[in-house]
Amino acid sequence: MYNGARLIQVPVALKYSGRSPVNMSHPPRRFGVKVKPLPVELDGLACERDQRELFASLSLRLEPGEVLQVAGPNGSGKTSLLRIMAGLLSPSAGDMRYGGESVYRGAGRENWRQQRLFIGHAPAVKGALTAEENLAWLCALSNPVTTDQIWQALEQVGLRGFEDVPCHNLSAGQHRRVALARLYLEQHPVWILDEPFTAIDKAGVAALEGHIMQHAEQGGLVIMTTHHGLDHLPGVRCLDLGQVN
Amino acid sequence: MRQIVWLLFCREWRLAWRRPGDLLNPLVFFALVVSLFPLAVGPEPSMLRAMAPGVIWVAALLATLLSLDGLFRSDYEDGSLEQWVLSPHPLELMVLVKVLHHWLVSGLAMVVLAPLFGMMLALPVSVLPVLVLTLLLGTPILSLLGAVGAALTVGLKSGGVLLALLILPLYIPVLILGTGAMDAALQGMPVTGFMLWLGCLAVLALTLAPFAIAAGLRIGVSE
Repeated sequence: MYNGARLIQVPVALKYSGRSPVNMSHPPRRFGVKVKPLPVELDGLACERDQRELFASLSLRLEPGEVLQVAGPNGSGKTSLLRIMAGLLSPSAGDMRYGGESVYRGAGRENWRQQRLFIGHAPAVKGALTAEENLAWLCALSNPVTTDQIWQALEQVGLRGFEDVPCHNLSAGQHRRVALARLYLEQHPVWILDEPFTAIDKAGVAALEGHIMQHAEQGGLVIMTTHHGLDHLPGVRCLDLGQVN
Repeated sequence: MRQIVWLLFCREWRLAWRRPGDLLNPLVFFALVVSLFPLAVGPEPSMLRAMAPGVIWVAALLATLLSLDGLFRSDYEDGSLEQWVLSPHPLELMVLVKVLHHWLVSGLAMVVLAPLFGMMLALPVSVLPVLVLTLLLGTPILSLLGAVGAALTVGLKSGGVLLALLILPLYIPVLILGTGAMDAALQGMPVTGFMLWLGCLAVLALTLAPFAIAAGLRIGVSE
């Protein structure tokens, strides 16, 4: 249960089974940053694209520690919903609140910028830059991190030895892993992930699921779309946009 | 704040130097246009001198316009722009750094090379400082205004033509002031008035364009 401010620690020892054993000589990384996970409320959210209604009066309350899977057939508005939640799109009606404050106006909007991490369909990884340079810049957009932290994060997504390789030399799955390494670096309590498992192999998906559950256990909030079934994970809520309509 | 500016500058610098072709394109275009003119119209110095301001300015203007088309496109396509828009840092500041960096690696090179081309077009040496100064004040305006167009057309597959249509009318005052200053200098008249106008436009572009660029990008990303 959530009570007051608590410490979110980004987990350290998450193994990619059989891929890259975690080097225990690295000291475990601990963020001593206090973040306050608060409930997210959707209040009558509606989205219209090209004069077609994707969804309407969508209301939902997410408590800290919950994982929400947004499901639905292609074109049902999953990505639009995530982009609305991230603040990239404005809803055609309704409001979204984080800790009781609207995320589209005033101070609530500025606060939301610090609280949520959005990794979209396009991973924002530049081919001409190395994995390390990409992550250094992407993290600097919210909180700068050190090279050591980046190397540890890359190790945890199984990219040890690829730190200095320009990303256009990496495979599609490795490309995606570079983007997902941000989940091990950033300190946002709310994660909004659009199809994070695309192009990731089985072992990678398992490790990522573990990391997501760990984030939730520590009071974080995860909202994600995926076509990959999450039924085997305990406590994952599912919002089916196909049925909402 | 200072850190993000520096990091962004380093990122842009790396990206530019790892693709030197994109860097050289506007410069090569500028050099080609200017050096082809004497071949086409003949080597008569008086005629070249009369044409020089116009040729150099039009070449600089078109070179800038060509290079700006792709300014935000790759960042838009790989999702980087989304992250910029979502960042708690001001988007206006980031786009200003990006555009100024773009000017540093493309516009500034044209400014530096301009005296050489001026001499090639038989401009007297006494006029060359005026040429450099007009370009130094004028090309940042071209970059900043062009970036507004580039931001507005970022989501379009073939925004190049639309960009030219949108931005060329805005370029005309800069072109008139730049060539006007050169003509005045060639006739031995004072150029202070032109320079002040150009400086005024440059300050205006520097302060207002980032807001327009950021607004354009926000619209582009939310498409």
